[in-house]
Amino acid sequence: MSQKVLLNAKEVNIILHRLACQLIENHKDFSNTVLIGIQPRGKFLAKRLAVMLENEYKVKNVRLGHLDITFFRDDFRRGDKPLEANTTEINFLVEDKKIVFIDDVLYTGRSIRAALTAIQSFGRPHEIELLTLIDRRFSRHLPIQPNYRGRQVDAINDERVKVNWVENDGEDAVYLVENYE
Amino acid sequence: MSELSVNHLLGIKYLKEKDIELIFETADHFKEVINRPIKKVPSLRDITIANLFFENSTRTKLSFELAEKRLSADVINFSASQSSVKKGETLIDTVDNILAMKVDMVVMRHPNPGASVFLSQHVGASIINAGDGAHEHPTQALLDSYSIRERLGGVTGKNIVIVGDILHSRVALSNIYALKLQGANVMVCGPKTLLPKHIEKLGVKVETNLRKALNWCDVANMLRVQNERMEISYFPSTREYTQQFGVNKAMLDSLDKEITIMHPGPINRGVEITSDVADSKQAIILDQVQNGVAVRMAVIYLLASKIKQ
Repeated sequence: MSQKVLLNAKEVNIILHRLACQLIENHKDFSNTVLIGIQPRGKFLAKRLAVMLENEYKVKNVRLGHLDITFFRDDFRRGDKPLEANTTEINFLVEDKKIVFIDDVLYTGRSIRAALTAIQSFGRPHEIELLTLIDRRFSRHLPIQPNYRGRQVDAINDERVKVNWVENDGEDAVYLVENYE
Repeated sequence: MSELSVNHLLGIKYLKEKDIELIFETADHFKEVINRPIKKVPSLRDITIANLFFENSTRTKLSFELAEKRLSADVINFSASQSSVKKGETLIDTVDNILAMKVDMVVMRHPNPGASVFLSQHVGASIINAGDGAHEHPTQALLDSYSIRERLGGVTGKNIVIVGDILHSRVALSNIYALKLQGANVMVCGPKTLLPKHIEKLGVKVETNLRKALNWCDVANMLRVQNERMEISYFPSTREYTQQFGVNKAMLDSLDKEITIMHPGPINRGVEITSDVADSKQAIILDQVQNGVAVRMAVIYLLASKIKQ
């Protein structure tokens, strides 16, 4: 197994700032917008963006939640390993809100499909957008595209894009891992 | 996440401590789900579950059915009173006929101890025991422990007394197994006639004085006197039973600590507990009912994930 650095900490930081600015362009003061990180890995990116919006761009009261999609996935009983559930924390109403789904890597699009179903349990949002740090091109199984993307990556199927975060993995970096089992 | 070490839930006796932990962690997620505006997830939409009740039940049957529906499983119900069992069909034939209609999982309550173990050896579906005679009622014990964990933050090291008709109670036996497995101290309390001989071999303390038991415990699980299973008299009168083994508010207030009161239902108000106790803040009887759905969802989900396509 070998790995190559796609983005280092500095590049990740620049991209995060760009994504934050793009969000502000479309959502202004965020009064009717909520950010929702997709569990398990999207919550780190969502938290980072929420903190950046509040501290560095002085956006007040960014509402942040995270959504677990385990019970809405389409591969229950289809893999060797049982699916592992995570917590969902959405302490606000999503009815008529603009939602931004946030995940680290967009690959087949199946997670986002599950998230679109899962969020219906919390009400009928006005609209839903998608933000991903890494968009793996040409690998989609479903017609789903991000509204905001950090970096587009071409990777083949037995490769995996791994996103590390300081708060969880000790560093900010994105790797392309080959022959991932 | 690991998976359950068993393919059926026949009794707590067959589980490991890790299984119980996994069930509780999964139940936490489902508890959040059933408190959402839309209380349903689509996980089990390709699973069919048969609820076979050869013995009367209200809350267990409703709780299982609700748990199955919240997981989007297809559900068929069967009760012995309106079936061919009365025409002389055997248990295996009855179940095989139901399984021939492509059923993946069976939830069964049966008056004979060991019925679900027997069934699991002879049919190809995943079996959940919803009570077999005076043997085990595993999901009740799981939801009881889950409720204790929720109220007291954990089960390990806690003192729990089970009061009442231990002899006829499957809830008592499953609870003893479950609580011991999680490292709790367990005591049984009741009239000598309703305590099985040699029960101390299960590692439980035995007490016939209710006040002493209540002073010792953190949680008291009050069982119903199962008159329908008694062929002879085990105590002189209901009134005398209540005087010695019934819990009332004055007694609880006179203890030097606040204990938690549980009851698996149905309650005979004024017999094993008075109404003011049943409706007090110390009682978590309705929490148990709510947790029952979440815990059963967890059990069904985890067993279903082991059914390969």
